[in-house]
Amino acid sequence: MINPKAVQISAEVVSNKRVGAYHHMVFSVGEMAASCRPGNFVAISVGGTSSSLVLRRAFAIYRASLRSDGIGLLELVIAPLGSGSKWLVAQDPGDRVDLIAPLGTAFGIPKEPINALLVGGGYGSAPLFSLAETLKARGCRVDMVLGASTAGKIYAPLEGKRSVNSLTITTDDGSAGFAGRVSDVLPQLIKEHDVDVIYSCGPMAMLEAITIISQQADVLHQCSVEESMACGIGVCMTCVLPVEGDDGVIRMTRSCIEGPVMDGNKVLWTRSREIPDGVWGK
Amino acid sequence: MSINFSTSIAGTFFTNPIFTASGCAGSGKELSHFFPLTSLGAVVTKSIMVKPRSGRATPRMAETPSGMLNSIGLQGPGIDLFLENDIPWLREQGARIIISIAGETTDDYAVLARKLRNIPGISALEVNISCPNVENRGQVFACNPETAGDVIAAVRRNIGGELPIIAKLSPDVTDITVIAESVIAAGADGLALINTLLGMVIDTTSMLPKLSQKTGGLSGPAIRPIAVRAIYQVRAAFPKIPIVGMGGVTNGRDAFELVLAGANAISVGTATFGNPMAAINIKNELEELCEARGFTSFADAVSYAHRVEA
Repeated sequence: MINPKAVQISAEVVSNKRVGAYHHMVFSVGEMAASCRPGNFVAISVGGTSSSLVLRRAFAIYRASLRSDGIGLLELVIAPLGSGSKWLVAQDPGDRVDLIAPLGTAFGIPKEPINALLVGGGYGSAPLFSLAETLKARGCRVDMVLGASTAGKIYAPLEGKRSVNSLTITTDDGSAGFAGRVSDVLPQLIKEHDVDVIYSCGPMAMLEAITIISQQADVLHQCSVEESMACGIGVCMTCVLPVEGDDGVIRMTRSCIEGPVMDGNKVLWTRSREIPDGVWGK
Repeated sequence: MSINFSTSIAGTFFTNPIFTASGCAGSGKELSHFFPLTSLGAVVTKSIMVKPRSGRATPRMAETPSGMLNSIGLQGPGIDLFLENDIPWLREQGARIIISIAGETTDDYAVLARKLRNIPGISALEVNISCPNVENRGQVFACNPETAGDVIAAVRRNIGGELPIIAKLSPDVTDITVIAESVIAAGADGLALINTLLGMVIDTTSMLPKLSQKTGGLSGPAIRPIAVRAIYQVRAAFPKIPIVGMGGVTNGRDAFELVLAGANAISVGTATFGNPMAAINIKNELEELCEARGFTSFADAVSYAHRVEA
């Protein structure tokens, strides 16, 4: 079922700042901000009313908060790569966008204090900072690994760094932190911090690599998947991936409704452009 | 004075002429989060097949200028689970239901019709014949007047009773009126025009087709002029046949254009992906526009572009 808290609103842009390769945008969304959880996403209409861009764009929520004065703010980190996100980052404070949120599943928060390792790839780090704050508030130990191709694509704002016990950076080109991939540093960090749960967000290849490491280390792995979506509300059937259900049946599952946060061990990671054997209805 | 905004398709009454388009609203559950399904003329379900279908691998979608390509591959639970879960739920909502069916063989369609013949609470059956016929080298049923007619005749024989059959036609044919003639002769009570057009996008970075299945169905405002043309041609050839029009309708003006061409009802598809409230907005805008043009009854606006001015 669609996130029962989802609402469609006209949201005013409050601020829009360039941060490295990304834009940090804040929207005024009213009381809806209170129902957003780390891991949820928004779907935004782009291009204006006469646009040739007909599909909504999905973005992970960076942070959302309802202030005591009743002003609800929702923050996004946007990589202006395609025509839709380029339009969005060109919006100025005072402009309005059509926004639906909160959508999708959220990261599961443990009742007991645990040792959590948060892993983000590129702007996949966006939902991890509010998750870190939530976990911290529950008394968890929170360590973080952020990886990207190059230093400018690491998104790690100062206030975000405060909510983690340690931050490890990896870059493919070695321009910041460890030269290599997040998967190169994970086994050591899992041992060092006695990690119970890995939370991740980033490209599918990275999530697959983390799943293998989490299985070898026998730790839980909650990942936020990235499949391209046309609608974000469960009707277009384009954002599917093969996932094993509680009944043991593998189905092509919508990442906008039963995701984006999923149990990494239940996903059949495949980049073969074919439906894997064993999927229901193949 | 408010206008009479109801419509009828083959003797079946609908309170208003705005429907969902098959495959663009699931079975209505998600959209019901945004508005009551009773505010639509009808919910047209995704095309259901005999057996469960995984659908195609991703990528299934590519955005194109004013449109999109999709290659979902009719993912669905199969008719038995669909009748067990989706239909009772839709009935509970009080929605008018048009069930869309699809098959790989003529016999598949006959099986589906038999399964549906005694199901209460269904307003009509949409027969999606834009599927590859596995018994004829994968040629799409809708692209050949004979196979298109055979499918409709098989459904007609097996459905029994009064349930109207709406044949959904593909615009990827030389002369759509020839296909229309064949399915009408075979027993179709109405037509749905148009299905998507086959297209392809090649990713210029990977230098491979963007979709896993290489080709996909093009929908959205990019195809609207083709829908208007197809509806107009079929209406000119068959003045009385009920037509459910669709193809890139995004606002009330677009819907009105298809109505003037000859559509008795309008299905909203791709626009819903961009805005879950699209069908409701289109309904309100179309009603206002009909009124503004001086119509007291929606039915009078249907085919109005065919009139001969003295």
